Amino acid sequence: MTPIQSVLPAITPVLPEIVLSVGALLLVLYGAWRGERSSEGVNVGALILLIFTFFLVVSQTGSVTTLNGAFIADPFARIMKALILIGSAATILLSRDYFQRERIDRFEYPILIVLCTIGMLVMASANDLISLYLGLELQSLAAYVIAAFHRDDVKSTEAGLKYFVLGALSSGMLLYGASLVYGFTGTVSFPGIVTALDGPSSFGIVLGIVFVAAGVAFKLAAVPFHMWTPDVYEGSPTPVTAFFGSAPKIAAMAMTVRVFIGAFPDVTAVWQQIIVFISIASMALGSFAAIGQRNIKRLMAYSSIGNVGYALIGLAAGSEEGIRGVVIYMIIYLAMTLGAFAVLLSMRRKDQMFETIDDLSGLSRTHPWLAFCLAAMMFSLAGIPPLAGFFAKFYVFAAAIKAGLVTLAVVGVVTSVVGAFYYLRLVKVMYFDEPKAPYERIPPGSAIVLGVSSAVVVLFFLIPAPLVSAAGDAAKSLF
Amino acid sequence: MTAAAAFFYLFAGFAVASGFMVIAARNPVTSVLFLILAFVNAAGLFVLMGAEFLAMILVVVYVGAVAVLFLFVVMMLDVDFAALRQGFQRYLPIGGLIGAIFLIELVLVVGTWTIDPGLVQAPLGRAAHGETATNTEALGRVLYTDYVYAFQIAGLILLVAMIGAIVLTLRERTGVKRQNITVQNARTQGMAVDTIKVPSRQGVEV
Repeated sequence: MTPIQSVLPAITPVLPEIVLSVGALLLVLYGAWRGERSSEGVNVGALILLIFTFFLVVSQTGSVTTLNGAFIADPFARIMKALILIGSAATILLSRDYFQRERIDRFEYPILIVLCTIGMLVMASANDLISLYLGLELQSLAAYVIAAFHRDDVKSTEAGLKYFVLGALSSGMLLYGASLVYGFTGTVSFPGIVTALDGPSSFGIVLGIVFVAAGVAFKLAAVPFHMWTPDVYEGSPTPVTAFFGSAPKIAAMAMTVRVFIGAFPDVTAVWQQIIVFISIASMALGSFAAIGQRNIKRLMAYSSIGNVGYALIGLAAGSEEGIRGVVIYMIIYLAMTLGAFAVLLSMRRKDQMFETIDDLSGLSRTHPWLAFCLAAMMFSLAGIPPLAGFFAKFYVFAAAIKAGLVTLAVVGVVTSVVGAFYYLRLVKVMYFDEPKAPYERIPPGSAIVLGVSSAVVVLFFLIPAPLVSAAGDAAKSLF
Repeated sequence: MTAAAAFFYLFAGFAVASGFMVIAARNPVTSVLFLILAFVNAAGLFVLMGAEFLAMILVVVYVGAVAVLFLFVVMMLDVDFAALRQGFQRYLPIGGLIGAIFLIELVLVVGTWTIDPGLVQAPLGRAAHGETATNTEALGRVLYTDYVYAFQIAGLILLVAMIGAIVLTLRERTGVKRQNITVQNARTQGMAVDTIKVPSRQGVEV
C-alpha cells in the first residue's frame, strides 16, 4: 500500500472554528466531570470562549480559501461571523438569570449554544454545498434541542418537536435542490458552479435553485415557509427565542447571500423573481398578521418575518449596494431584537414571567428607563428617523431603486407604515395606559445587553461611518 | 446475455417487487421485512457496479441498524396501519395531483440530462486512484485529506445529537437504590455475618 501524502491545508483562517470546537469539547468534559454544579463555570467559560473567538475573527484580514476550497474567509464572512458571535454571547448573558429562576439551569445549554455557533460560522464561510449543508445541520440540530430545553413544559416540547419535523423537511428540500445543482453542474464548489453555469441554463438548474431557495427561505422564516415561526418563538424559553431571533437569522442570511451571490451570480434572472416574491410576501404578512397579536413573543416572531422581508430587498437588488444594505440591516436588526428581548426578559414579578402587551401598561411610570429603551427599539423597528432602523431600511430601499425594483421599494414603504401601527401601539400602552404593579429589578445580564443595543440604536446616526464602511468592504468582497 | 446482466435483472426485479410489497403488505412487520429484502437487493446492485464499500455500508447501516430499529418501533408501538389508511380515499385527489407534478418535473429534468460518456465507463474511485485501490482505500484517502473539514463537522453533528438525546431524556431519579460494585466487592465475611455464641436454653436477642 502506498502511503498517503497530503499537504496540510492552511489552518489559520479556520482558527476561530477550531478554537470554538476545542473549547466546546473542553466544556463538555468539565461539565461531565463536575456534574450539575458546573453550570456557573460552563456559562462563564462559554462566554469567554465566544468573546475570545470574536476578537480572533476581527483580527483576521484578507480573503483566502482553504481546506480544498470548502472554506472561505473573506470580509463578508468575517462581519457576519462577528455578528453571530455577538448574538450568541448576548444570548448567554440574557439566559443565565431566566434559567436559574425556572430551575432548568443545566450545563448543557451554553455548550449547545457554542456548538450551534460553530455551525453558524461554518455556514457564513461555506464555499461549497457540502460545508453549507453540514453547517446548517449542526446549527439546526442544536437549535431543535434548545427549543425543547424546558422539557417539562408542554409548549416548549411542542416547539422543539415542530421545529424539528419542519426543519428536517426543509433540510430535505435544500438537499434535493443541492443534489440537482450538483447533478447538472458536476461540482459542489461555488466557484465551480459559477464556471459550469457559464452558458444557457437548463431546466434542471432552475428546479435545483427553486428547491435550494425553498430550503433557505425556511431557515430564514420567510413567507411562504414561515408557519413554524410564531409557535416556535412562543413555545421556546424566552432567552432561546431571543437567540432564534438574533444569531441564526444572521447565519441564515449569510448563507442565502453566499448561495445566491456566490454560486449563482450569472443566473440572476432565475432567482431574482423568487426573492422578490418571498420579500414582498414576508413584508406583507409580517405587518398585517402581527396586528392581532397580544403576546409579545408572537409579535416579535411576525416582526422577524417582516424584517427578513426588508433585508431580502437588498439581496433581490443583486448588486454590491444591495448586499451592503443587507449587511447594515442585519447589524441593526441584531441590536433591535436583542434590546427588545432584554426588556421582555425583565418583565418578572415573583417568579412569574409576563409576556403580553397589556402587561406593559404604564411601564413608563414604574420603570422609566426600561420603557424609554423599549420605545427606542419600537420607533427604530417602525423605521422612524433618526433611529437606526430608519437607516437600515433606507440603504436597502435605495439599492432596490437603483437596481430598478421600484415596486419592491414602494411595497416596502407601504408595509412599514402598516407595521408602524403595532410597534407604536406598544409605545402607547407603555406611556398612556394605567400603570400596574412594578416588576422586579432587571437582571444584570439583560441590563448590559439592553444598554449596548440601545446605544447602537439611538446613536447610530451620529457615527454611522465605521459600520457602513465595514459593510461596504464586506459587500465588495463578494463581487 | 452475460451473467452480470442476469444478476442485474435478478437484483433489480427483486428490489422493485419488494419495494412494492413494502407499501402493499397489510401487516407492518411484513412491510419491514420486505424493506430489508429491498435493501439487500440494492446492495447486490452496488456490488455489480463495483462499489463494494457502499454495498457493505448499505447492509450494515440500513439493514443492521435502521430496519431493525423500524422493526422494534413497529412491534413496540402497535401502530394500527388500517386506521392510518382511513383517509386514503379523501386525500387521493390532492396527493395524486402533487405526485403528478413531481412526476412531470422529474421527466422534464431527466429529459434535459446528458451524462458524460466518460463517467459511465469507469467507476470514479478506481479511475482516480489507479486500478489497485479498493473502494475503501480510495474513500479513506479523500475522507481524511480533501474532505477532512466535512468529516470533522459531521463528527460535531453526532456530538450534538448525543448531547441532545441526553439533555432531553435523562432524568435523575430519586429514591432508587443503586448498586455499588466497589462496596460490594470489598465486603468481607466479618461485615456480612455476625457470629454469636448462643448460650444453651437462653436464646439471643437479635
